[in-house]
Amino acid sequence: MIEIENLSKDYGPRRAIDNLSFQINKGEVVGFLGPNGAGKSTTMNILACIMPPSSGTVRIGGHDVLEQSLEARKIIGYLPENPPLYPDMVVGEYLKFTALLRQVPRREVRASVEHVLEACSLKDVSGRIIGRLSKGYQQRVGLAQAMIHNPDILILDEPTVGLDPIQIIEIRKLIQTLAESHTIILSSHILPEITQICRRVIILNEGKIAAVDSLEGLTTTLRKGERLFLKVRNVEDDIVDQLQNIPGILSAQEEGPGEYRVDAELDANPQDALAELCLKRSWGIVELKRTALSLEDIFLKLTLEEKEPGE
Amino acid sequence: MRTTWIIAKRDMGSFFASPVFYVIATVFLFLHSFTFLNLLDSFSGQSFQAERFLGQGMSLSLNEMVVEPILFNMAVTLLLMIPVITMRSFSEEKKNKTLPLLLSSPVHLKEILLGKFLACTGVVAMMMLLSSYSAGFLILLGEPEINPLLTGLLGVFLMSACFVSLGLLASSLTENQIIAAVLSFGLALFLWILGWGVENTSSGWGEVVAYISILSHLVPMVRGVFDTSDLMYFATFIFFVLFLTYRVLESQRWR
Repeated sequence: MIEIENLSKDYGPRRAIDNLSFQINKGEVVGFLGPNGAGKSTTMNILACIMPPSSGTVRIGGHDVLEQSLEARKIIGYLPENPPLYPDMVVGEYLKFTALLRQVPRREVRASVEHVLEACSLKDVSGRIIGRLSKGYQQRVGLAQAMIHNPDILILDEPTVGLDPIQIIEIRKLIQTLAESHTIILSSHILPEITQICRRVIILNEGKIAAVDSLEGLTTTLRKGERLFLKVRNVEDDIVDQLQNIPGILSAQEEGPGEYRVDAELDANPQDALAELCLKRSWGIVELKRTALSLEDIFLKLTLEEKEPGE
Repeated sequence: MRTTWIIAKRDMGSFFASPVFYVIATVFLFLHSFTFLNLLDSFSGQSFQAERFLGQGMSLSLNEMVVEPILFNMAVTLLLMIPVITMRSFSEEKKNKTLPLLLSSPVHLKEILLGKFLACTGVVAMMMLLSSYSAGFLILLGEPEINPLLTGLLGVFLMSACFVSLGLLASSLTENQIIAAVLSFGLALFLWILGWGVENTSSGWGEVVAYISILSHLVPMVRGVFDTSDLMYFATFIFFVLFLTYRVLESQRWR
């Protein structure tokens, strides 16, 4: 559906994105992840045909964004970082305008406006002026605008930024329902969001792809060891040292009173030895469990590791 | 073409939804009515005296004494007001971050530009239409020559269209509406006063400057001279400035 080859974009002397290549298939839900300034919005702007690439090719549904830009734009719905809303317009009128702009046939305009009002639960506010709506509603109007012409591809740039937790959950649910019938590209710097919605993640850092993988893939390939969590009742001073002496254990750290984080070599399975030690010294095990690396850890690891060799 | 109209309609709608249009139209109509009544009053006074002393009655020209000055007054008022009408066209879209909506839609940049141009000229046409009650008044009560009145109105309208295109250019350059207004006002006024000094010069440059000046094309039309070369001037002017605006918008895409 989307093919990107050697895509670069320069802002004057600054290279915003550098030689990106990836593909997105029909029906996929892909997350762009990266710190601020990593090139997420730039990539999305290029995908939405708002700015041309400096070099490389981008094809949307087979249409080149430079050569057949108008064709490509027909199958795209775009929600930029700041929803493009006219504050003096009424919600219904605005959606009608965007429908006509997106070349929805005139007799289907009413139906498609009704449809997105329903889908984004905007029915109650369809007669209100956009400028007076809360941020959450405005974001939903922005989303409604992106899906009004039922595009094959939805590009959503940080759709939940600036919303309160309840609104975030609502928008997330909406995106999840949309994911059933659309190809979605979503960007965020909030990690749990990506884990909940996307099946594949593209991690961008300083304009380059740091990793492309499925979520499970990312977590397993990046796990260079196992992490265990241990909680005991009777706190002693030398627990950390004792833990580190167990063969296979790389490091142990105190995380709180009686709580320890233990990093072990992959496949060392030090649980038995750990338990034995605890029993022998009667520390009193409260909890012993394996913890998976969270996406947050992966993210930090990737973006930091990238830097290390250069410095 | 359809999208041009859709964009023009939205822009006009937002004009009529905001107080800006009503304030501009009211001030415009007030100034117009004031000068109209003033001119009418002095005309009737003078023709009354002419009748009394010379016995000539209505032989004083209504066109020369009322129609021409009122058209020039209208042109000056529009010169002042058009920058306020055009300043929002692109500046506001940039400020509200709504330009991505237009740019990511299957709409050609030309259509967007043309839509904005149509919206602004439409608003000016609306204001001129509202003020045309004075022309109707003259036709009812007096016997002005119709043709000079029509060419004059057309001239003022074409001049307005030129100023609208300048305003769009200024608006495309900045996201600050005040800067856009001041810039387009300065450009329009410069084109207006360019013709002032020219009458005294006879060099080649003088002729060029005279040709560029908007006044040297407006004056004949207001006086009732309908020349296709003047129409060509206005058409070329509008096309050229809109083309510049198009290039500005296009280059902003690449940045």
